[in-house]
Amino acid sequence: MIFDKWIAAFSHEKLTCGACKKEFSVKELRKALYICPECGKYMRIGGRERINQVVDKKSFEEFATGLSSVDFLEFPGYADKLTKAIDSTGEDDAVICGHATIGGHPCAIFVMDARFMMASMGSVVGEKITRTFEYATEHHIPVIGFTASGGARMQEGIISLMQMAKCSAAVKKHSTEGNLYITVLTDPTTGGVTASFAMQGDIILAEPNALVGFAGRRVVEQTTKSQLPDNFQSAEFILEHGFADAIVPREELIDTLTTILKLHRKERVAG
Amino acid sequence: MTPYEKLKMTRQNGRPTGVAYINGIFDDRIELHGDRRFAEDAAIISGIGSIDDIPVTYIAIEKGVDLATRMKTNFGCPKPEGYRKALRLMKQAEKFGRPVVCFVDTQGAFCGADGEERGQGEAIAENIMEMLGLQTPTVSIVIGEGGSGGALALCSADRVYMMEHAVYSVISPEGCASILWKDASRAEDAAQCLRITADDMKSFGVAETIIPEDFDNFDVTCAVIKKQLKEDLTELLKKKTDALLSDRYMRFRKFGIYEENGETRGTVAYSI
Repeated sequence: MIFDKWIAAFSHEKLTCGACKKEFSVKELRKALYICPECGKYMRIGGRERINQVVDKKSFEEFATGLSSVDFLEFPGYADKLTKAIDSTGEDDAVICGHATIGGHPCAIFVMDARFMMASMGSVVGEKITRTFEYATEHHIPVIGFTASGGARMQEGIISLMQMAKCSAAVKKHSTEGNLYITVLTDPTTGGVTASFAMQGDIILAEPNALVGFAGRRVVEQTTKSQLPDNFQSAEFILEHGFADAIVPREELIDTLTTILKLHRKERVAG
Repeated sequence: MTPYEKLKMTRQNGRPTGVAYINGIFDDRIELHGDRRFAEDAAIISGIGSIDDIPVTYIAIEKGVDLATRMKTNFGCPKPEGYRKALRLMKQAEKFGRPVVCFVDTQGAFCGADGEERGQGEAIAENIMEMLGLQTPTVSIVIGEGGSGGALALCSADRVYMMEHAVYSVISPEGCASILWKDASRAEDAAQCLRITADDMKSFGVAETIIPEDFDNFDVTCAVIKKQLKEDLTELLKKKTDALLSDRYMRFRKFGIYEENGETRGTVAYSI
């Protein structure tokens, strides 16, 4: 697996920008933080790529590994979808968790990966995020969470809905003990993830133009029976309506996170 | 009855809605309105009352009983201000050490543009988190349709009851069918796959108690609920706050079925 990643890192694999359709090498895009060098579109990035972008070199240690989803309801098509997602991403499920340092400040981190079944939240995602908060509570460190999700994973029925409560309970405990939680809303953060831990951060940051909302646009259009503005449910829209603290461009993210972490560090110089 | 038939029954005219349960169960009722932030949402009916000598806060999602009341309550789809009103009442209950009893009956939270503008996701997220940390006992009863996050916002409780034919689901079977099979008419199949009945909830540990329905003798049904509430609230009120909160944490911590290093984990053993 690690070998595969090395190959990918040095390959001449090409990726196409979804907006301007121009082709770039992975190497080129990595250097540009996956912001299209031609049109400036923020491309979606895989979980590991994201971690490499924001944490201090060699500081990331993954935990809660080896967890995989079970098709316990024998839901039509679920087993196939899981197999395909695992094969195409090389990941066990839709979130990667661990601890790291950012600008020298220790934190726990979770990164959701929209390439894996649109990062829908089932038992594995819920369990791993819960363990991230429990780890951070135990070690009195902040949590940085990169959210992306189509919502709850309906193939796990009511148990997927319960993951929203399970994670929220862990967020609450972490918060009650005075620990910091920063969410970074990335494209797309919707449904049950928006209606739980994505919106529970002490500080909520968002990537430019990221789609952030609760109900799907088509559902809202049907309910509202009118045309919605183009920027509806964009990061800019939720900032304007008071539901995010700031929109942070990718190239400024490390600095912003470092400053916030610095301002919340617990060991203070005694007067 | 198939799961989908049960779901359709919860949407039928004549089935008791939140108001009927409130009137049938609590004495000394005073209704309280508004979220103190933006508006009053008629989809949430809330207030204070008592069960014998126990003062309680009640919060119900109200679907309405005829077209006029249904229009007013958005057919039981609360807006952000409805959830914020519920949260205000919960925090007030916490202040005065009153238990909270919620009645849940919704297809889901309101999905209009104004709901999104006022942070529907944030409102639900806040309710779930604050309800899980509430330092007073909480019981939720799904009386009809328990639709997704909009239901969970009032269901993150110490105990959950299901009415015998009530359903609880992560997504409406119609929505599930249209996403999976691009065909909403296959809702019947989706309802079967999703496992939404009261019996399913009990086997998953999502609900502790199933309340038999006798709507011809609704006072009898209310008496059964009242007795169960009194028993559970008396027990929960005896717990120290720390124990109450840690038991509630564990109630939700256990949900999840997954494989870890080749072994199936999750304390909920469920076989279909």
